[in-house]
Amino acid sequence: MNLSLTLTINGERREIVLDDPRVTLLDLLRERLHLTGAKKGCDRGQCGACTILVDGERINSCLALAISYDGAAITTIEGLAEGDKLHPVQQAFIEHDGFQCGFCTPGQIMSAVGLIAEGQACDDPERVREAMSGNICRCGAYKGITEAVIDASGKLSAGKERDAA
Amino acid sequence: MSDIASLPTGSRQRQGSNIGQPMTRRDGILKVTGSATYAADNNPEGLMHAVLATATIARGKVTRLDVEAARAHPGVVEVMTPENRPPLATDPDEKTNPFAFRLDALQNDGVRYAGQPIAVVVAKTLEAAVEGAALLRPSYETEAARVDLEGESFVAEIVGPGAPGRAASGDFDAAFASAAKHIEATYDTPPQYHNAMEPHSIVVRWEGDSLSIDMPTQGLAMAVGRTAELFGISPEKIHIRSPFLGGGFGSKGLAAGPQVLGILAAKLVGAPVKLVLTRQQMYGPVGHRGQTRQTVKLGMGEDGRLAAIEHHTLTSTSRFDDFLEPASNVTHSLYAAPAIRTTHAGSRIDIGTPMFMRAPGEAPGSAALESAIDEAAFAAGMDPLDFRLLNYAEVEPISGKPFSSKALRECYERGAARFGWSKRPQAPRSMRDGEGRLLGWGVGTATFPAIMFQAEARAVIRADGSGLMEIGAHDMGQGAWTALHQIAADGLGLSMDEVEFRSGSSDLPNAGIAGGSGHTATAGTALHGAGEDVIARLTELAVNDEASPLYGAGNVGVVARNGRLVRQDDESRGEPYAAILKRAGLAEIEGRGQSAADPAAQERYAMDAHGAVFAEVAVDPNLGQIRVTRLVGAFAAGRVINPRMVESQYYGGMIWGLSFALHEEAVHDKRTGRIMNANLAEYRVPVNADVPSLEAILVHEDDPHVNALGVKGVGEIGITGTVGAIANAIWHATGVRVRRFPIGLADLLGGTPDVSDKGV
Ligand code: FES
Ligand code: FES
Repeated sequence: MNLSLTLTINGERREIVLDDPRVTLLDLLRERLHLTGAKKGCDRGQCGACTILVDGERINSCLALAISYDGAAITTIEGLAEGDKLHPVQQAFIEHDGFQCGFCTPGQIMSAVGLIAEGQACDDPERVREAMSGNICRCGAYKGITEAVIDASGKLSAGKERDAA
Repeated sequence: MSDIASLPTGSRQRQGSNIGQPMTRRDGILKVTGSATYAADNNPEGLMHAVLATATIARGKVTRLDVEAARAHPGVVEVMTPENRPPLATDPDEKTNPFAFRLDALQNDGVRYAGQPIAVVVAKTLEAAVEGAALLRPSYETEAARVDLEGESFVAEIVGPGAPGRAASGDFDAAFASAAKHIEATYDTPPQYHNAMEPHSIVVRWEGDSLSIDMPTQGLAMAVGRTAELFGISPEKIHIRSPFLGGGFGSKGLAAGPQVLGILAAKLVGAPVKLVLTRQQMYGPVGHRGQTRQTVKLGMGEDGRLAAIEHHTLTSTSRFDDFLEPASNVTHSLYAAPAIRTTHAGSRIDIGTPMFMRAPGEAPGSAALESAIDEAAFAAGMDPLDFRLLNYAEVEPISGKPFSSKALRECYERGAARFGWSKRPQAPRSMRDGEGRLLGWGVGTATFPAIMFQAEARAVIRADGSGLMEIGAHDMGQGAWTALHQIAADGLGLSMDEVEFRSGSSDLPNAGIAGGSGHTATAGTALHGAGEDVIARLTELAVNDEASPLYGAGNVGVVARNGRLVRQDDESRGEPYAAILKRAGLAEIEGRGQSAADPAAQERYAMDAHGAVFAEVAVDPNLGQIRVTRLVGAFAAGRVINPRMVESQYYGGMIWGLSFALHEEAVHDKRTGRIMNANLAEYRVPVNADVPSLEAILVHEDDPHVNALGVKGVGEIGITGTVGAIANAIWHATGVRVRRFPIGLADLLGGTPDVSDKGV
């Protein structure tokens, strides 16, 4: 049984043929398309390491069956930087040391990008901590993560205002 | 960034200025772009997926597996069971050295803990392998299992990594009997699981009788050694790459059964295999922190001076191997008392063998001791910090040895000042916040030994004057790619960009093990030595070469500065490395460095890092809900290589302390022996919203004895003071002394008679 679907992944349209309906979006990316940036920490929607953006919204890709996403636009950590130019959230994670081992980091960053796009109050540390709590960091880099999200969201909105002016 | 006192100058810091700088991570770009390659990110051509089937009973044996059903599933290639598992050269149950822990590698049909691997299904796709494993539907012959500490216990003579299980100084019984005041209390700590975010994994390929492996490990050389022994091949035929670990915390220190099974599966199917544990499968075959029941007895004078301390630990180990959490041993070094006695007992239960887990011994040990010290301070009518200062250990209490350095007083002072400790009311239940929550403040002392392992490093200066440093070190998040590179660059008198730093692979010089908070000290000292060696060789060339401006400068001394060798008495006279090599006609020059603990210094000094942690908690008086609202830690751990990374280690440690105090606990079903919360939803670890405002103060400390760099270690100490500080703050908030961890709202409800019907 072959199932076909079309996904736009990091801006590139891809026709995908699956031989198995059980394939999750995460396993599709990692094991079949070899986009290994998104990580599997639990495969149960409990850790956030697999967070990606689907049509601009953050989801746990381990809980998503690939075949149900026909036509979706997907952004993974690999699609965030523009060439050598890091996305402001990526840059802020480095500057604020928002990671140690780095395993949760792709998920944290995608979650932060999604969060900022949601327009949640990203200048309030309490709100940021709450809204980033779907992403576990066992290394305990939370302080840097919170600071990075606040910093990057400030820079992004300053950038938007500049563009609008 | 905390304020950092300037680093000492002089010969120890001879060649450069990279050490001490808060550089961002060298591997940062790789990690934020998703291009850092963890083991399971490798997908070699022709890869097959292996999935474990694990036991759902805790004791007994497997009587049947539906291998036919699994095999019949489309995509399944092979099912490995004890029947067809390729042979091993060494029995995985044979203890060939004290660090060779018994592994479960399908050597028989026995089951000795829930979650033990009982078969491996290999398939063309991950989905097929997962389904195949589910189709095995094992049948068992089940025996009654025990998973609590109530069974028979034995005296533990050896604990942890080979430490004595008992020690004494003075006459405890006499000193305790004649003390004016007594405290005796028993504290329980639960089984805890490391839960690194990256599950244990292996991607393995046999090439003839050679092995090519991607696998996270905190000990490349030991992993090669054990693999060589198990498979009967020479270590040169094994190449392990471990450039990044997605966390280790001790669980990736030694070879584990699942990774051996991955290698066996690859042999069986004759193809490269990827085997990744599920989160649930990490609760069993890859170690955990054993549960403890600790009894602390303190005898003191009317003035609060300690006369006697006894610390006894009962802890769990498996039925088939020994790893006993050395929790009592923290009492050897923390508080002064003329009589100290520490003992351990073990209890054999039906669990996977416990293992090193971040601050093994010190974490649960100091949780109990710091709680007991707080109880004693209250009994003595003293402020808990004053009580600790009164009983400050000027020398190591158990041995009488002086400390190689100990800036604990400064840690107390700076931490207390930052926290505002002097405003603390003595009596519990005397502070409230704006929302009416009970507020409490607590303190705990942090300590962790400064350990050195053995390591080697190789340094090269090339014809163009650039450098190369090699060491098979491990970065599990602590920042080895950065901190060791800083040390390497200073060792060569070059900037970091002029030095290529190679690490994370078993074909590089042996860096020992990334554990015991000793990796920077160990690997760093070897790198430092390699730098000295290659500079000495280069100097040798220059001072004996008439054409060199350094000719004959051997006596006045030559130093390395920014890619040049210069006279110590006149730094304007010298020449670039490249010029020296060019005249000598050399393409490169090489040096080697080693590191190991200095036995003479160890004989003379006690070596430990120290710290003080202050915690504030807010407790809802109606619900008993506990929130940590502030944590301030001040730590002194010798020379700081990279303050940015060191702060992150302290924060991580403090969060682990918070987790120990309030969150994590593996809960067994006593009837079946299974863990009921083997997942990241119900085995609670802190999320971002659980973590309060954190501050880490880096207290300056020079230590001329620990090693050439003066580095202690920072990876584990953060947990040790934090657990006690939080428990003590909860007591201060509520007046309820909870003696089991993690502390939850159920422990507080009904805790005090005056309000027991209404809440806390
Ligand atoms: S892997 Fe998807 S939430 Fe953990
Ligand atoms: S950086 Fe290691 S889990 Fe977050």
